[in-house]
Amino acid sequence: MIRLGKKLGAWGAVLPLLGYCAIALGLPVWALLWEGLQRPDPVTQKTTFTLWNLTTSWHGIYLTGLLTSLRLSLLTSVISAVIGLFAAYAIAQSRGRYFKQAILTASGVLANFGGIPLAFCFIATIGTGGVFLSWIQNLWPSFQIDTFNGLAVVYPYFLVPLMVLTTLPALDGLRTQWKEASTNLGGSSWQYWRHIGGPLLLPAALGGFVLCFGSAFAAYATARALTSGTVPLVTMQISSILSGNVIAGAGENNLGMALALNTIIICALMMAVYLPLRKRSAKWLES
Amino acid sequence: MHRIAKLACAAVAVTLAASACSSSKTTTSGSSTNWSTVTSATAGGGMDALVAAAKAEGTLNVITLPRTWANYGKIMDDFTAKYGIKINDANPNGSSGDEINAIEHDKGLSSAPDVVDVGNSHALPNTNLFADYEVSSWSDIPTALKDANGSWYGDYGGYISIACDASKVAPAPCPKTFADLINPSYVADYKGKVAMSGDPTSANAAFSAVWAAALSQSGGSLDNIAPGISYFAKLKANGEYNATVDTESTIESGSTPLTVDWEFNNSQFASDLKAKGIDLTVSIPTDGLYSAYYDQAVSKYAPHPAAARLWEEYLYSTTGQNDFMGGYARPVEFAAMQSAGTLDATDEKNLPSVSGTVNYPTATQLTTAQNAITSGWASALG
Repeated sequence: MIRLGKKLGAWGAVLPLLGYCAIALGLPVWALLWEGLQRPDPVTQKTTFTLWNLTTSWHGIYLTGLLTSLRLSLLTSVISAVIGLFAAYAIAQSRGRYFKQAILTASGVLANFGGIPLAFCFIATIGTGGVFLSWIQNLWPSFQIDTFNGLAVVYPYFLVPLMVLTTLPALDGLRTQWKEASTNLGGSSWQYWRHIGGPLLLPAALGGFVLCFGSAFAAYATARALTSGTVPLVTMQISSILSGNVIAGAGENNLGMALALNTIIICALMMAVYLPLRKRSAKWLES
Repeated sequence: MHRIAKLACAAVAVTLAASACSSSKTTTSGSSTNWSTVTSATAGGGMDALVAAAKAEGTLNVITLPRTWANYGKIMDDFTAKYGIKINDANPNGSSGDEINAIEHDKGLSSAPDVVDVGNSHALPNTNLFADYEVSSWSDIPTALKDANGSWYGDYGGYISIACDASKVAPAPCPKTFADLINPSYVADYKGKVAMSGDPTSANAAFSAVWAAALSQSGGSLDNIAPGISYFAKLKANGEYNATVDTESTIESGSTPLTVDWEFNNSQFASDLKAKGIDLTVSIPTDGLYSAYYDQAVSKYAPHPAAARLWEEYLYSTTGQNDFMGGYARPVEFAAMQSAGTLDATDEKNLPSVSGTVNYPTATQLTTAQNAITSGWASALG
């Protein structure tokens, strides 16, 4: 036993994790690929390998859905990352310990507050009629809750807390002494943020942004309750196909798998941009 | 890195092999009758034999039956009280799609669904998953609402209706038809107030509402749902359409005082909201008369085949059928029960009045309409 343990060494220790990843991540991806590349014949019920699902998922309404999802999640995650970062900085600067704790707890709750309850809160507040809506429409006449713009207003409600939650620890790590040292050496506020604060924060800020993007991209219950599919999102399309009450034809599930595969591709692309950036910002930290 | 990759591959291979090996076990009942293939109570030795076999199984697995939907809470409780058979209701808020997935993927498990209650769109293409069975009152079910071989059979249904909270749309009157909803003199009062029960590419009630609207428009038919999509696009252009999903809360808060939904949903809203002082009237539009029935089917792979068949017998007894009506749904044996005088008078009075007759879409028409709505809904209303 001991000899085996030595032989496997560090790899042996990591084996359970790898096994877990294979089952929890590898297997579903494999299943998506397998099912996404097949389609049963409507008459004979015989399944054959085909690219039909994938090509269909890149055309027409499904392409629109994918692009709308991308547009919505990029827009809302950028907005939320910026607001969240400033909010987190303001909170980090405050002296009240209990205040900070309360904010962190509240953020944890709010970041997971979505779906129909959230949608209903917004419907009741700025849905139709009402004072708040008329205020908003004074500034933004075309604003309506059940449109793309409406979703862009609702999403930051759960994305900003997520950003606060992920960046607050890093902001807490910025010591006042560093800022003082920079000032003593004649550095301006801009120079401090450009050469010290910014690079230190970048990995956490980027990580928060990516989390926000993922959360926005994966969300659909809120959007569905608010828009009834008038704003096409890929996640809503997947749910309509896989677990809806309307679409039912043979082989439609395979199309759903292909759509899900597309979302994995998007996430992979996102990570392909994010990881090198993170590596780079981490290097600044080391040097 | 190569070693990690190899290890990961090995892990995947092992899990795959394991899942591939999990054989599908088939349960065989203890008695001489194999209830999995029995196509009627008589063929299995009569009702007493069925009851005895079902009691011996002791359990019934149902799926996606909300207790507040079509009175299912009462029906399940009464069934358990009468026969002493425990009911497991899996995923009560799931969809027809979930039910079909469960039959396909839970094959051989003791927790697999025995019976399903699916929309007609999900019954028609999946007859290969259902076991043929004809309940004792088979002849009371209208021919158009059942499969000739007994694969699936309508249980309860309703018409698309328009619910209206008169106090929230005044001075305009409550709309009675689809034409009223787009009447130029009412548009201003209906602004932002017309809702459905969600996304028509996923919610059957919303899909049916669009189809009903299509029937009210020129060119709209069971063959062509497109005019219905244009109708809602017009509602949207008028500023009347409210894309939020209708619920009791949105009606109560005044966000969606006009809802186009199944009559049993709207009537349930009306009955619940009455206690809160909201007066909701439900009318069935004569210009877009559309009706659909949900279907019962016994799973071919039912782990409790006798209990499944007894459940069907119970649902199609006068008690079961009247119970559906207690939940504001129209029982499928309505006409037969009416002539036999077995309808519950109070429950019957609670149903909104209907004039005219409806036709039901065929499988081909359903598929065509599904494709049209999937590709057309978001682009027309986005």
